[in-house]
Amino acid sequence: MRVVLAEDLALLREGLVSLLESHDFTIAAAVDNGPSLLRALVEHRPDVAVVDVRLPPSFTDEGLQAALEARRRVPGLPVLVLSQYVEQLYARELLADGTGGVGYLLKDRVFDAAQFVDAVRRVAAGGTAMDPEVISRLVARGARDEPLGRLTPRETEVLELMAQGRSNAAIAQQLVITERAVTKHTANIFAKLDLAVSDDDNRRVLAVLAHLNAR
Amino acid sequence: MNGEVADKGTWWRERVRAPWRGFQIGLLATPTILLLCALSLSLSLVGVGLGILLVPVVVGVARGLLDTYRDLAFRWSGQRVERPYLPAPDGAEGRWNRFARLMADPATWRDLVWMLAEPVVVLFTAQLPALLILYGLWGWILANGLAQELVQHGFNDWYTFVHIESGYGSPFQVAQTLAVATAFLVAGFLSGPSLLRVHGRWVATLLGPTERSRLALRVAHLTETRAEAVDTSAAELRRIERDLHDGAQARLVAVGMSLGAIEHLLEKDPARARALLAQTRESSARALSELRDLVRGIHPPVLADRGLGDAVRALALDHPLDVEVSADLPGRLPAPVESAAYFAVAELLTNAAKHSGARRVWIDLRHADGTLRATVTDDGHGGATPEGGTGLRGVERRIATFDGVLALTSPIGGPTVVTLELPCASSSPKI
Repeated sequence: MRVVLAEDLALLREGLVSLLESHDFTIAAAVDNGPSLLRALVEHRPDVAVVDVRLPPSFTDEGLQAALEARRRVPGLPVLVLSQYVEQLYARELLADGTGGVGYLLKDRVFDAAQFVDAVRRVAAGGTAMDPEVISRLVARGARDEPLGRLTPRETEVLELMAQGRSNAAIAQQLVITERAVTKHTANIFAKLDLAVSDDDNRRVLAVLAHLNAR
Repeated sequence: MNGEVADKGTWWRERVRAPWRGFQIGLLATPTILLLCALSLSLSLVGVGLGILLVPVVVGVARGLLDTYRDLAFRWSGQRVERPYLPAPDGAEGRWNRFARLMADPATWRDLVWMLAEPVVVLFTAQLPALLILYGLWGWILANGLAQELVQHGFNDWYTFVHIESGYGSPFQVAQTLAVATAFLVAGFLSGPSLLRVHGRWVATLLGPTERSRLALRVAHLTETRAEAVDTSAAELRRIERDLHDGAQARLVAVGMSLGAIEHLLEKDPARARALLAQTRESSARALSELRDLVRGIHPPVLADRGLGDAVRALALDHPLDVEVSADLPGRLPAPVESAAYFAVAELLTNAAKHSGARRVWIDLRHADGTLRATVTDDGHGGATPEGGTGLRGVERRIATFDGVLALTSPIGGPTVVTLELPCASSSPKI
């Protein structure tokens, strides 16, 4: 699997390169600024891009802007954005085109290599990987009102994990319940939120995120 | 010209209204004279000591009356007149100091001169149209029969150049009287607005600040806001230092210590070493999260990335209430203003959530004529006051450093509208 990596701090860039390489990824390009990121993305068309939000030369959200622009030019290009902080505003912008293949995670998540690599693979496969912090804030905001307020605590937990982009199997493992129980909770959630049930995991997640973001 | 009918309407209304307003201003001459006497009396009593007690009281009342004049000059003559008085120092002030301060304030003496002249000046300016009109009416009443009635009882007087004495009543004399009376009436109504404006300028000349007192007021204001700005930033630095010391720094020390322990345990007890490693990772994650919160409090990342509009939008997204943001900002504003406005709006939003019982909040940001205006409206129960410990005072103080002002309207039952205005230039849009 080919990866384009953008991170301006050499130490972190090298860390990410060795982490990804040790998990059988090929680094197509590792760049340290916004313009070369955009060039590398359009030129290499990688299976997935791992991008730091803040990049030179402006040291603002240059990485995010380059990623969004690349996705406009190459629709569906999988992008996982990493940041020292997560903002709902940026999450919305990444999800806005509704095609999936996006991720938005705190840099700390790299600490847990297995989970991080899992997130990269998920994004590459067209899924989503949203940071738990974004999701829990989204859910907390909606929870005062209908229909989110009608979910049981367990259903809310399942909803949060689902919105992060986890598969049923991963949710079952995390909550220590059976996959069948997860399927049942999912069906209840979709009924309560009045969403169309879909067998496709990715589309299911996008529906949930769209619902949460619409508030 | 557009709206000629409306213009005509206002033209007439203004001519009818101005004499009546001028007359009312003239009525204020009575309290002015009384206060002038009181002030002279109390000044003459300074020698025996009683004046030191009396002068501040009388000056206080006089300033209240003169504020009424300033207010009327603004409302009726369109002349903005600022208060020229030097500010009282903070905290308690002794009687003698208060007396000395008032005596040393040139505005006190300018007030005195103004009060001395006003009763005469007003007669020839603001009040003149009303007097002309009254005299015109008197002429009409005389010509319409009252003159004949009066001269029978020995009345003998001049209505301008028309001699009203026994024998008055020829059609020529009556016509003369009517013509003069009508001329007075017309002159009264026509001159009303302009004479009212002349009086407004007269108020401004002596009751407004001089260049010197304007500068003195400005210096006093700047001294105060600078001291506050320095205090606030020093307090901020102390808070940041403490947060770093107790938070991230302490956690990193712990991480270092754990790593040492793990090194030691690696051979002897790999299982415990592994457990300790997990703990250490947890610790470093927490240090990061604390640093993140700290950075957010110093300078929110979205503000740095995108500017005020998006930063407030991001704030709204994270807020428990339903917050609607509309922003009309060209390009980026100067960073200090951006930051001040952001934290002020954040504080207002927190206030709305904490005190108002609101469910929805509207934030409007716009930049026009070199001024950034932020309006925060909530549908809560209202009744907010700057004094009520609601943090509004703090917001006001902090934006004062940038010559910003805060206006609050919050009737009982709501809605509460807080408007901030910060003068600032906008840079060209950043692409």
